[in-house]
This record gives sequence, structure tokens and C-alpha cells, in this order.
Amino acid sequence: MSLLDYFLGTRKKTASVAKERLQLILAHERAADAPDFLPALQAELLAVIGKYIPVDQDKIKVTMERRGDYEVLELNILFPDQH
Amino acid sequence: MARIVVVTSGKGGVGKTTTSAAFASGLALRGHRTVVIDFDVGLRNLDLVLGCERRVVYDVVNVIHGEARLQQALIKDKHCENLYVLPTSQTRDKDALTQEGVAAIMEELRQDFDYIVCDSPAGIERGALMALYHADEAIVVTNPEVSSVRDSDRILGIIAARSRRAEAGQEPVKEHLLLTRYAPKRVQGGEMLSIDDVQELLRIPLLGVIPESESVLQASNQGIPAIHMKGTDVAAAYEDVVARFLGEDRPLRFTQPERTGFFKRLFGG
Repeated sequence: MSLLDYFLGTRKKTASVAKERLQLILAHERAADAPDFLPALQAELLAVIGKYIPVDQDKIKVTMERRGDYEVLELNILFPDQH
Repeated sequence: MARIVVVTSGKGGVGKTTTSAAFASGLALRGHRTVVIDFDVGLRNLDLVLGCERRVVYDVVNVIHGEARLQQALIKDKHCENLYVLPTSQTRDKDALTQEGVAAIMEELRQDFDYIVCDSPAGIERGALMALYHADEAIVVTNPEVSSVRDSDRILGIIAARSRRAEAGQEPVKEHLLLTRYAPKRVQGGEMLSIDDVQELLRIPLLGVIPESESVLQASNQGIPAIHMKGTDVAAAYEDVVARFLGEDRPLRFTQPERTGFFKRLFGG
């Protein structure tokens, strides 16, 4: 990139676009590589929680993700409104 | 007992065979008895890059099928002592590599050599899985480019899940990142992923950076491994890679753009 390009701001930094796209897709694909016990875990958790609170099948999400050197197991449950 | 090193990438055309030839030659130049094996059944090319294509008589598939002894199939490299090549078959398909056959060859080679370098085919199918299965260490060859980085990440996942070490629950395969076809000027211009970018994305230790260079084509044209191209950046960069692999501390070279004149900088070039 020349200095003229720099001052005129005519060229977009495509490398940073590439990096952002890769960050997203790699995080997604690494999550897809997660252990295959996740669906079973989700079903069993739903059964346990369902004993006490009525929860919809699609209101519970279990995901596993690598962050740096450790893995994070994320459990997301959306409870129904108390009405 | 030999260390087994796989040179892999997932993506094709990033420099696996160039690297396998240069890296194995470099280990041999440093006095280590080394054998380099081509796992790309049906697409034999390591022999061409090493300049021994006219001396191939038997190949790895012949050995697996008992049609030749291992010693008959090994070709002694003409460029340096201590290096042998085990070519692949050009006519068979990838199913010719059996798990047991490859294991038996590895076992036999382990007795005689210090290093076994496995040149993986592209992809994540049988040939690639066979090449990485026995590895103690992996050199993941990556270009600073989106598809190559993604495929490298994929192959890292496969190494972590499907190598012999993973299956046996042993210490994991030691992973190394080798960035190839690196163009410092384009990185500076913001049009190519930097060393830091790729390292941050793939999260494995950097073994080295090979600059984009016309010497690589010059080398393969003649069947001379790039590390023998005296006086070139590429040869020096591969020497550094081998030295670092053997535990030496070598600073990175050829990762900054060459200085250009004022007018060229002003108007681009």
C-alpha cells in the first residue's frame, strides 16, 4: 500500500476482514467438534428440570466451546413466564 | 528409536512436499539418519521434488503387499548422506495403504533411523489419516490465507482425536506451525494475515516462517530440495526451521519487508 493510499484511505484492510471471518467460523467449527454426549446431556437435563419446572425442549441449550487453554460448558435455560 | 514427524495441512498446494523434502534434507545435513515417506498414493510427487524419480523401482505399496522388501524400496538421496526416500505408488489407489502394513513399516524404520518424516496428502481421507496416525510431532504447513488457516484448524482437530497417541491416551502429538508463502510487504499493507494473526487463530507454537519466493519453483524444476538453494532466503529459512526443531534458539528472519525507496513508497509498487 502506498502513502497516497494511506492518506486517501482508499484501500480497505482485507487482512483484518479475513481474521474476523476466521475467528467466527473457527469458533463455530470447534464447537461442532464438541463431544457427542451433548444431545444426551441436554435431554437428561431437560428431564430433571422438567420434574420441577415445565420447560420447553427448545428452551434449553447446551454448548461447549474452547476458550484459550480451557473448555467452557455453557448451559442456557429459558424459564417460562410466571403467570 | 526414531521420532515420527508428519508434515500435514489439510489444504493442497500450501507446500507440504516442498517442506517435507527440505525439512528431511535439513535433518540429514545435521547428521541425523532420516527417511522421508510419500503417503500420497496415486499422486506421487516427493520423488520429483527430491530429484530421484528415475530411480524408483519399488514403492511403499509393494512393501505392504509383500512384493518387495523395505530395503529394496528405500532410495538413497543423492544430495546428502543420511537421507532415504520411500516413494509411494503412482498406479494404486489410497486403499492400498493398510493400517497394519503402515504400522509394520514404521516399526521396521524406527529401528534404523533417527527421524521418519511423513509427507501427507491433502485432504482428510485415508492417506492423510495414515500419514498422521503414528506421528510423535506434526508440522502444520499453513499459508496466510483464509482457506488454508481453516483447513489447518480442521487437521489439528483430527490429530488431536484420531492419532495413535490420542487413541492410546498418551501424551498428545507435539504440534508446530509452519507459515509458508509469507509476503511481509503484503502483511504490512494490511492485505495478508500476519504471523500473529495466524498464531492467534490456530493457537499452536510457531516453528518458522518461509517467505514467498521464486527459488521454490527454481528448486522443484531441478529436483533439488529448497534447503540446498544456497544463498536464498528460503534455504536459510528452512535451515532455521530445522535448527529450531532440534531445540536451538533462532530469531525469525525474512518476516519484515525489504526497505524500498521514497518514490516507490509514495506511489506504490
